[in-house]
Amino acid sequence: MDPKGFRLEEDAILLQPIQRTGKSFYLTLFSLLAVILWAVGAYWYQYRQGLGVTGLARPVFWGVYITNFVFFIGISHAGTLISAILRLAKAEWRRSITRSAEVITVLVLFFGVGNILMDLGRPDRMLNIILHPHFKSPLLWDVSSITIYLTASSIYLYLPLIPDIAILRDHGGRYQWFYRLLALGWKGTERQYHLLEKGISIMAIIVIPVAVSVHTVVSFVFAMTIQPMWHTAIFGPYFVAGAIFSGIAALIVAMNLIRKVYHLEDYLRPVHFNNLGILLLVMTLLWFYFTFTEYLTTYYGGEPIHMTIFWNKFTGRFAPYFWGMFLFCFVIPLPILSFSKTRTPFGTLIASISVIIGMWLERYVIVVPTLTNPRLPNEAVLYFPTWVEWSIFAGCVSFFILLYMIFTKLFPIVSIWEVREGREKSMAEVQERIKTYLPGIGVE
Amino acid sequence: MHKWGMVIDLDKCSGCQACMAACHAENNIAIIGPEESAKGRTIHWIELLPYIEGDYPHIKARLLPRPCMHCEHPACIKVCPVGATYSNEEGIVGIVYSRCIGCRYCTTACPYTVRSFNWYEPQWPKEMKGSLNRDVSIRKKGVVEKCSFCHHRLLKAKERARAENRELLPDDYIPACVQACPSQAIYFGDLNDPFSKVSELSRERRAFRLLEDLGTEPKVIYLSEGM
Repeated sequence: MDPKGFRLEEDAILLQPIQRTGKSFYLTLFSLLAVILWAVGAYWYQYRQGLGVTGLARPVFWGVYITNFVFFIGISHAGTLISAILRLAKAEWRRSITRSAEVITVLVLFFGVGNILMDLGRPDRMLNIILHPHFKSPLLWDVSSITIYLTASSIYLYLPLIPDIAILRDHGGRYQWFYRLLALGWKGTERQYHLLEKGISIMAIIVIPVAVSVHTVVSFVFAMTIQPMWHTAIFGPYFVAGAIFSGIAALIVAMNLIRKVYHLEDYLRPVHFNNLGILLLVMTLLWFYFTFTEYLTTYYGGEPIHMTIFWNKFTGRFAPYFWGMFLFCFVIPLPILSFSKTRTPFGTLIASISVIIGMWLERYVIVVPTLTNPRLPNEAVLYFPTWVEWSIFAGCVSFFILLYMIFTKLFPIVSIWEVREGREKSMAEVQERIKTYLPGIGVE
Repeated sequence: MHKWGMVIDLDKCSGCQACMAACHAENNIAIIGPEESAKGRTIHWIELLPYIEGDYPHIKARLLPRPCMHCEHPACIKVCPVGATYSNEEGIVGIVYSRCIGCRYCTTACPYTVRSFNWYEPQWPKEMKGSLNRDVSIRKKGVVEKCSFCHHRLLKAKERARAENRELLPDDYIPACVQACPSQAIYFGDLNDPFSKVSELSRERRAFRLLEDLGTEPKVIYLSEGM
């Protein structure tokens, strides 16, 4: 028991990552830093030389950076959306996973935006987007929507953090001033809790349409052009579903790591992985449904300009990517996720890694083949990313992991107060709630 | 108001590529060397597209000079996030190089793939630097460029006409490719003037536009060959 009267005995393990830092943390930190530095070097080289150091050419003007942009923004749907839906649905099992999901959203968004900026020929002029905005451009819709999303999901991450920050403030330890500042004078009174819960609910509601809009307008970047196999109305929902798909997968991977590294087996239990696994299974099937519809429509229509790209993907030059996508997005995860026996933490981890790889390939297979086959005869350009693009990709992933690690060192990655609230209040609440469902008992 | 348009008679075109050479010289198009060229980084404002039709032995190859189409409803203008590409009141689609951020959305959106990107800082052999056209600005690394219908020539012609206190005459303004074409396959003029040569040719039976069904309404009109 500490002087302020907090009992943390049960949940003391949640503060351990913040209080103690082992050797392996620094080891990982430095290896990630090495990759990041390498990537910074690669970008500097690209900045000095020009985008010629990439594998891009005419007509393949977009490549890995745009793929990454869509990919990272997709991953960001893990968090906020899943957490908001689970919160609103009053899914009690959410309590120990929401934060790790929300952090993914906020952090990974920077890399989505970053990839667009690194793709610019003139990054020095990026402020032109604000100085001379042209709102007819879907890219501007992206800018607006992602800005709102970043703001909303940051608030949505921050609000449920406040009581935990207050615990850190009162608990003694390093960076007192930092936690005091962020705790905003949280005392844990009834009224404060009431306001907090209200704030969280409002944000949870706001965040859902914003998240849907984000990936819809990301798809619009492609769908609004008249390029073959891009100009399709299915792209909005297809991208949103794909984003949630890869988002859940990213969350499962993150939870597996947190669980192992910080020994939180008691908080992130097999049931959490089982439930998320079912969600991932639903998204797997939804993904297949969208993909099937999209390609069947193209095939049945049989317009030559579309069919060139279609065959390019099915049997041509992009077949390895296309069938790789199908393997990783569907063939591997489906059987693993279908059976409760394999829906274990490890099983879902394998399925999730597969989905993440598959969804990256999906974006690549959307961006590159269409650009390789424009309507008019063109030079046969075989796009393949260069070391610069791969390095920057590796750098982005490493930087994301690094930021995530640092977050777990500053804040509890499992929400302490929410877990406690679950223990203390919701047991009774849930019982009451169930009573209201049932005929014959409970409410008069 | 003028509406500038181009007519290319494919019956007359011999595929000599004089238009391309003239365009390169006129518009200070960077020379990128064989290595980069093999990667597909060549910049052309007008280029000869090979259309291969049919299979051997009934094969037919057509060559089609393709400048920017200067569409009435251009796909490129809509998508530019900073408004760096625009269509002026005379229907010429231009680019503000100093505003372009190099996102290459216009290059991907253009169904005619006429736009090029400066992958590197533009370079010329020392000997050629003296012969750069001073009327055309040099595009720096990282921006998009394309055919402007030699817009600088229009500006000059207008100035001259104003100085001489007269109307702009049809022959005052023609792009470099039109001027250079040895078989005089390319015509240029005002499509708004019903009696201009281009206007008359554009109504000919042989007249067609590229990817007409997209509704972009190109102001480059082709006259098909062999009819």
